[in-house]
Amino acid sequence: MVLKTEPFMLNIGPVHPSTHGVFRMRATLDGEVIVDIEPVFGYLHRGIEKLAEERTYTGIIPLTDRLDYLASMSNNLAYVLSVEKLAKIQVPERAEYLRVIMAELQRIASHLIAVGAFLNDCGAFFTPFLYMFREREKIVDLFEMVSGQRLLYNYMRIGGLSQDIPDEFLPALDKFIQQMPGFIDEYDRLLAENELLLARAKGVGILPKEMAIDICASGPVLRASGVQWDIRKVDPYSIYDRFEFDIPIGSAGDCYDRYRVRIEEMRQSLRIIKQAMEQIPPGEIRAKVLHLVRPPIGEAYAHIEAPKGELGFYLVSDNSIAPYRCHIRAPSLINLTALREMMIGWKVQDAIIIFGSIDITMGEVDR
Amino acid sequence: MTVSLSGSEVAKQIAERFPEVVSEASDQAVVVKSESLFEVTEYLKSNPGFDFDYLNYIAAVDYYDYFELVYQMTSREHNHSLILKTRCCDRDKPTVPSVVSLWRGADFQEREIYDLMGITFEGHPNLKRIVLWEGFEGYPLRKDYL
Repeated sequence: MVLKTEPFMLNIGPVHPSTHGVFRMRATLDGEVIVDIEPVFGYLHRGIEKLAEERTYTGIIPLTDRLDYLASMSNNLAYVLSVEKLAKIQVPERAEYLRVIMAELQRIASHLIAVGAFLNDCGAFFTPFLYMFREREKIVDLFEMVSGQRLLYNYMRIGGLSQDIPDEFLPALDKFIQQMPGFIDEYDRLLAENELLLARAKGVGILPKEMAIDICASGPVLRASGVQWDIRKVDPYSIYDRFEFDIPIGSAGDCYDRYRVRIEEMRQSLRIIKQAMEQIPPGEIRAKVLHLVRPPIGEAYAHIEAPKGELGFYLVSDNSIAPYRCHIRAPSLINLTALREMMIGWKVQDAIIIFGSIDITMGEVDR
Repeated sequence: MTVSLSGSEVAKQIAERFPEVVSEASDQAVVVKSESLFEVTEYLKSNPGFDFDYLNYIAAVDYYDYFELVYQMTSREHNHSLILKTRCCDRDKPTVPSVVSLWRGADFQEREIYDLMGITFEGHPNLKRIVLWEGFEGYPLRKDYL
């Protein structure tokens, strides 16, 4: 007797702990193996691009906080850089250094969540996640010190920053960068050679180099596939050309490489922060900019290497107090393009970690 | 530092290969006719002198008289970038060729523009709504929506 089988449709999400937000995957399964998958999103669409057309240039900064809400500082930075390019505003030295420090701290915080959540998806239920949160908490404390906020910082302004750092910030930051390498070593001892992690993540969800370029992936996803491409190096913005750091890359493009690249990037970020702390000059933290900025008619695109990849803002100005158009190049959305190819042929539990290893924030995917 | 190629220089080279395709060129950007967008982008991607293998973003802007689509592309090999634009004047049924077969990264971005701006991309393998639900009326990013 031949057993009759048929493909099975499984809805993963939109509300599910491993979808990191409200993301839905419509999976067609043959037994446990995925034969087809369709990502469905838009559950968190707030129309930020449209809202931006109604707000002043400064009033958009809080909106950018709500894109990738795990990396608000980076979003602030990308947006203000774009306005400064459009309005040709020169930023004071001290503000540039503080921006770099904040952006790199934010990268560490975001990667900590990425790695912690990824291990949660692997089944290491909350132990590594809480180790990561222990250090993220210290970064959040530092951000609270400078901005008064713990999640949506709204710290950067057009032409500089909202306020200077308090006196206790630099000693606290110094303490943090002294301690952090030890913690990263601890993660490595716990995870890098961990047999269970290797078994789950090595060779799983491979994104080949050619495909990574074809889907215009960016950030750790692109670099884990062996492409040496980091906007901080190839198109330095702010003052990144003054610092020495390396770009870690992977070779296989699997989940394990994406995890490794993030861990190594944290070490490089610490190097940058250390150099920035040594070089930071005293002085102004904001250029003299009118409260209602009216950039000349024109358009500008500025991009940064955000924790998740290339984050850019394309702004069109009609010389009024609000942008005529504000387009956001969201790395989370574009990195998801090859999700189907990466998942096909793997089992459902592998699909969860493949999705986790891309590291997306739904606020940025849906905007 | 990524070098931004001058639009007028690139426009000359495009015009040599495809006469009467470039409608406007400045230092910042090249504007080509929408019906020949695909040929031009294919040429820019495959020509070793340009080698644009990476598409940064696609943005759509509504200028009332026409829709403007902005493509910024980068070459990893030469580390230079170019802004290519195309315009489409038909407000009722704006259509431009899809570039998904050249850069798959355009997939979700074109779907989003179709969803929010109402521009149809000819040749897109799976052109359907992406952030709004089926049956939503109007195109929110158009200037006459609200």
